[in-house]
Amino acid sequence: MQHYSGFGLLKHSFSHHENWQRVWRNPTPKKKYDVIIVGGGGHGLATAYYLAKEFGVTNVAVIEKGFLGGGNTARNTTIVRSNYLWDEAAHLYEHAMKLWEGLSQDLNYNVMFSQRGCLNLGHTLQDMRDIERRVNANRLNGIDGEVLDAKQVQEIVPVLDCSDRARYPVMGASWQPRAGVARHDAVAWGFARGADAHGVDLIQQTEVEDLIIEDGTVVGVRTARYGEIRADRVGCVVAGNSSVLAKMGGFELPLESHPLQALVSEPIKPILDTVVMSNQVHGYASQSDKGDLVIGAGIDGYNGYGQRGSYSTIEHTIQAIVEMFPVFSRVRMNRQWGGIVDTCPDACPIISETPVKNLYFNCGWGTGGFKATPGSGHVFAASLAKGEMHPLAKPFSMFRFHNGALVDEHGAAGVAH
Amino acid sequence: MFHIYCPHCCEYREEEEFHAAGQSHIARPLDPDACTDKEWGEYMYFRANPRGIHHELWVHAAGCRKFFNITRNTQTYEIKEVYKVGEKPSVVADEAK
Repeated sequence: MQHYSGFGLLKHSFSHHENWQRVWRNPTPKKKYDVIIVGGGGHGLATAYYLAKEFGVTNVAVIEKGFLGGGNTARNTTIVRSNYLWDEAAHLYEHAMKLWEGLSQDLNYNVMFSQRGCLNLGHTLQDMRDIERRVNANRLNGIDGEVLDAKQVQEIVPVLDCSDRARYPVMGASWQPRAGVARHDAVAWGFARGADAHGVDLIQQTEVEDLIIEDGTVVGVRTARYGEIRADRVGCVVAGNSSVLAKMGGFELPLESHPLQALVSEPIKPILDTVVMSNQVHGYASQSDKGDLVIGAGIDGYNGYGQRGSYSTIEHTIQAIVEMFPVFSRVRMNRQWGGIVDTCPDACPIISETPVKNLYFNCGWGTGGFKATPGSGHVFAASLAKGEMHPLAKPFSMFRFHNGALVDEHGAAGVAH
Repeated sequence: MFHIYCPHCCEYREEEEFHAAGQSHIARPLDPDACTDKEWGEYMYFRANPRGIHHELWVHAAGCRKFFNITRNTQTYEIKEVYKVGEKPSVVADEAK
């Protein structure tokens, strides 16, 4: 792998940047691998990267039906935070946060991780009680957090309407200074480049049509393009399409796939240097380095695999943003899109063994998977390498919906739905 | 954006008036006390999530406030039919693919 550096940039400028090595190969798959990862999004690529780099499993293929990082990885609003209420979730997301903090160095690829802080606003007395409870829980888990009053919030975000005139006046917020944003595409590309450098085959434009199961054990996948590809273990990291793959395995997952929409405005001068989220008026916004406001809110309520939602949902999102930021009322929106999010009943992921031996699923991240990308990949890689779930992944077994041990982050963790 | 026919109001109305309430035809266990944890878990949390034909419950929240069923394709979003609670769908998924 060609090492990226300032010196390299200078050196390549002499040859007009025409001799850069390809970032990854486009190999033809082998007949058999130790591990196949289905799904080449951020989580799948991170899994492959850590499998090869940390756990020494390099005979790995990532099979992706489209192109790398073209699904939800390219469609999210890039927010990274770890201020979850329950211990299990907090540990998992904080594990990811710690990896985020060294990720650009580790990958030798600038993922533009910017710890600009994240505000979760409270507009009611109950919001503020929940915020205090969550911040206290976070601090007990070693996660940074502060409870701010409206005046302190106003100091951080001068353009936010913190006045009494607002329909739902801001009473305060939780503040996680280490939270922030990252460049979503760069995360996928950085993990892909790193995985490829460690020998992982990235197989694009190849849809898995079926899982090959013999005697209750998965032994590979069947693809339209390359036929059968065998593997000792198969990890499915396919977000919105998880239920479809689970059906191939002959079991069901407690997931529902919903459209989740986001939008960006025209680029404007720097005005918002942090992330502002509100569950009560229901919208969130940050400003990208390019200058566009990155805006999102809740899912469309119906099931959908169409990567698009309804205009009424966008309208509600924009209403919330204008309610919070009246100054944005005349900003024009540039682009709008949707992804398919696999939502779980308790708003926590499934990182789990399945009823099929050697078949593992990492799914159910719902509306908030991006922030967990490195952590999710790391614990899933550890589980796939050892054939035993990583301690941080254990509470997120799919069987928790049978034994009742849910990790109920709904509403508890500033989960925006 | 859906244009939905409410079988109670007998009119097409905009999606804004409606609210999706999840999968249709979920039978409550006749004897909940006799359910195993697995059966109860599946009744509580496991929902059909097909890519294709799906039967779902909607409520005309800002209208007559009555529930009814829609058969819809979750990939194309095409509404195949609308029918009242208690009725059977006439469009069903081809299970053999």
